[in-house]
Amino acid sequence: MPSGDDDATSNHAVTFVVYRGTMETTMTTIEESDIWRALKDVKDPEIPTISVVDMGIIIKVDVQSPSDVTVIMTPTFTGCPAIDVMRADVEQAVRNLGVSNVHVSVTYDTPWSTSRLTDEGRAALLRHGLALPATLPDTGTEPTSIVLSLDVLSETACPYCGSHNTTVKSPFGPTLCRSLHYCNACLQAFEGFKPV
Amino acid sequence: MNATKDLLYRIADDCLIIAHRNSEWTGLGPLLEEDIAFSSIAQDKLGHALSLYRILHEEFGERDPDTIAFTRNEKDFTCCHFVELPNGEYDFSLMRHFLFDAAEFLRWTMLKNSSIASVAALAAKIQGETKYHVYHGRTWVIRLASAGNEESKARMQSALETCWPFALGMFEHGVDEQALIREGVFAGEDELKTQWEEFVRSTMVEAGLIIPEHDAAVLGGRKGYHTEHLQPLLDEMTVVFRTDPGAEW
Repeated sequence: MPSGDDDATSNHAVTFVVYRGTMETTMTTIEESDIWRALKDVKDPEIPTISVVDMGIIIKVDVQSPSDVTVIMTPTFTGCPAIDVMRADVEQAVRNLGVSNVHVSVTYDTPWSTSRLTDEGRAALLRHGLALPATLPDTGTEPTSIVLSLDVLSETACPYCGSHNTTVKSPFGPTLCRSLHYCNACLQAFEGFKPV
Repeated sequence: MNATKDLLYRIADDCLIIAHRNSEWTGLGPLLEEDIAFSSIAQDKLGHALSLYRILHEEFGERDPDTIAFTRNEKDFTCCHFVELPNGEYDFSLMRHFLFDAAEFLRWTMLKNSSIASVAALAAKIQGETKYHVYHGRTWVIRLASAGNEESKARMQSALETCWPFALGMFEHGVDEQALIREGVFAGEDELKTQWEEFVRSTMVEAGLIIPEHDAAVLGGRKGYHTEHLQPLLDEMTVVFRTDPGAEW
C-alpha cells in the first residue's frame, strides 16, 4: 500500500539515480527484470492491493538501451477510467530507475483477460474482499452460447466464507471490472472480479 | 467518404449517443443495481466510441477524438434514430438496450474477422464487454416478460413494438456495402441483420413476446437525417466542452 513515507523514499531514490546516471555509472545495468520489479510497485488505483503486473495488464517490456525503454500495456475494459493514471504511473516508475526515454503504449493487440491475473494477483483481489472470477467455459463461436457462458457468474465463490451457494445480483458493479453478488450461506453481499 | 471510414463513424456515433442516453439513468434507475448497470454500460460504450474515433484519427487522418465527438454538426453524425430517442420509461430503455446491444455484440463478433488489423483486435476486446451487456438485457427482458406480472409483460410487449421499426433502422446501409464486403472489412448490414433477427427471436420466444411482423425500418440516420431529439442531446453533451474547448482534464 503506497503511503506518504514510501513516496518520500522513492523521491530520494530518483534524485540519487539521476545523479549517478549523469556520472554514467549505473545506467548500463538496467535489465528487463529491473523494469518488471519496479512495475510491481505500481498499483491499480481502483484496487490498491494489486499491482499492474499482477493484474496482467503489462503485456511487454522492451529495453532497447539503458536509456530507452518501451512498455506495452492494455486496459481491462476499453472504458477503464484508470488507464491514464496507470499509464502515467508506469512511465514514472521506469523513469525513477534513471531511464530517460520511456515510451508507454496502450494497445488491444493482446486483449486482457482474467487468465492473465497472476497467483499473487488473485491473492491480492481476495485481500481486497473481491471474489475471484469463475472460469468461463469454452463455448465455441455460437453467439447465444457465448452470452450464456456468463451463467458461470452464479458459481462465484464467496470471498468471506468460500461457499458456492451464491446469487448474482448484477453483472455490473462499482467499477467496470466488478459484479455484485450475495452469499446465501453467510448472508453477506460481496463484489466479484468479472471473468473476461 | 470512403466505405471504411463511414462504417467506423456509424458504429462509433451509435456508441457515443447510446452512451449518453444510458448515462441519463445515472441516479434515476428504478433500483440501485439497474442504475449502476446502465451507468456501467454507458461507460463501456464511451470506451468503444473513443477507441473507434482514435482509429479514425490515427489511421485515417480524421481529427482527434474530442474534436470529432464534441464539435461536429448534427448532420455530420451518422447514428441511427434508435439511439437518439429519449429514454422514456424503464421498459423502453431496457428493450432498446437489449435490441441495440444484441446488434452491437454480433457486429463486433463479425468484426473479429475484419481485414483491418486494429479493428479486428478491438473487436476481440469489445466482444468480451458487450456479452455482459447482452446478458444483462436478456436477463431482465425475460424476467419482466415471463416471470413478472401482467403489467410487466404488457409493458415489455408494448416496448418491443415501439422499438422494432427503429431497431430495424440500425441496419441501414452505409455508403458502399459492397466495398466493405469485397475488401473483407465487414460482412455487411444484411448479414448482421439476419444474425440479429435469429438471436433476438430466440430470446423473445423464451420471454413469450411477439415480434411485430410488417414493420418497415426507420431510415435516414446513416445519411445524416435525424430525429428532433438529437440536437438537444448534442447541446447538452457538449456544453462543458464548448465552455472551454482547450481545457486539459
